[in-house]
Amino acid sequence: MSTETAVAPEKKEVVKEAVPKEPLFSAKNKKLLTDPLDDDNPITVQVLGICSALAITVQVQQAVVMCLSVLFVMLFGNMIISLMRDVIPSRIRIIVQLVVVASLVILVDQILKAFLPDIAEKLSVFIGLIITNCIIMGRFEAFAMGNKLWPSALDGIGNAIGYAWILVAVAIVREIFGSGAISFPGIGQIKFLPASFYDAGYMNNNLMILPPMALITVGIIIWIQRSKNQKLIEEN
Amino acid sequence: MEAVNIFVKSIFIDNMIFAYFLGMCSYLAVSKTVKTAVGLGAAVIFVLGITVPINYLLENFVLKEGALTWVDASFADVDLSFLSFIMFIAVIASMVQLVEMIVEKFAPALYGALGIFLPLIAVNCSILGGALFMQERQYTNIGDATVFGLGSGVGWFLAIVAIAAIREKIRYSNVPAPLRGLGITFIITGLMGLGFMAFMGIEL
Repeated sequence: MSTETAVAPEKKEVVKEAVPKEPLFSAKNKKLLTDPLDDDNPITVQVLGICSALAITVQVQQAVVMCLSVLFVMLFGNMIISLMRDVIPSRIRIIVQLVVVASLVILVDQILKAFLPDIAEKLSVFIGLIITNCIIMGRFEAFAMGNKLWPSALDGIGNAIGYAWILVAVAIVREIFGSGAISFPGIGQIKFLPASFYDAGYMNNNLMILPPMALITVGIIIWIQRSKNQKLIEEN
Repeated sequence: MEAVNIFVKSIFIDNMIFAYFLGMCSYLAVSKTVKTAVGLGAAVIFVLGITVPINYLLENFVLKEGALTWVDASFADVDLSFLSFIMFIAVIASMVQLVEMIVEKFAPALYGALGIFLPLIAVNCSILGGALFMQERQYTNIGDATVFGLGSGVGWFLAIVAIAAIREKIRYSNVPAPLRGLGITFIITGLMGLGFMAFMGIEL
């Protein structure tokens, strides 16, 4: 769901800004944004950033906060690395990249602690672990070190959204089956099953809240995605 | 006794892979054969066993609120804990570099076995995760912290060696095509996680 809302406004801009010399959203640039959603998804295809993807998908709101944090770090990290790419000596680039990510993550962490203390508590160490989230280091290495500012920013957004939709999908499945309702801050819980179901003996599946089910849910998402997109199938 | 408890707990109950999913990226990427899995697993035990105690000292003598009182009593209300991410990752990156150089110099055979895996470890979530959990759980002394680091490493080692052994065998099975490779590995890890949950509640 979040993917549609995030991509839609940019499509409108294409119409407006189609005139400049190299169009801001040329076919190549648009590919950067859409490829990570399916063909080159960071989680199900590139196998990056799994750690955080699984641990914080018990609730949709935690997953959304995590996705926004990753989007922020990814976008600005990619832009900063892309601006500095010519002055970073290649021998110490890993350390430079780590310092950039770590400073951005400290910012996110302090903001979350100040404005969303409850969620920050639940995310515990996983905000800190954005530093070693392989998506971010992976994109720095693979893309931002060799590309200009604008494509790097698009690549950052694209990959963060590709990461986000898997995360939110897993969280929706786990929260509906595990708690029977999705809770939104401010609105409260939205129940998916009428009370009569519970009277008839239906019970929430508490197993869905436990860690192993996150893995199995992702496994099933991969299964569905690859049966739709046959070219992603592996040899063995 | 406390130390034994922490050790067993960090291997089986709070297993890095099955309970917290830390270090999943290299877990999935390097678990194709048992031989490489053993190499990476050993390197993780080694690095966790070194970095967790160092970060423990850093946390308790530099970063924590009031930790700097050993320098001067007037530093009692200095709180540097917002710097912990950057300090921990710097320690980990430099320790990995250092360990790599020491091992290369003094134990060339071990270097041959671990060599290529050591640089990979700097960005392995389980190492930073170990440091952050150590900070969150507030171990009382450095011994407990070291035991926790080693235990987490052993847990990770067990997990990666087990999955590598299963993946070697699964090559001969008829897995549905879209599930081959990554998909089935996820599902097996989930099932192994369910198995490990049987250890929950063990206390020594």
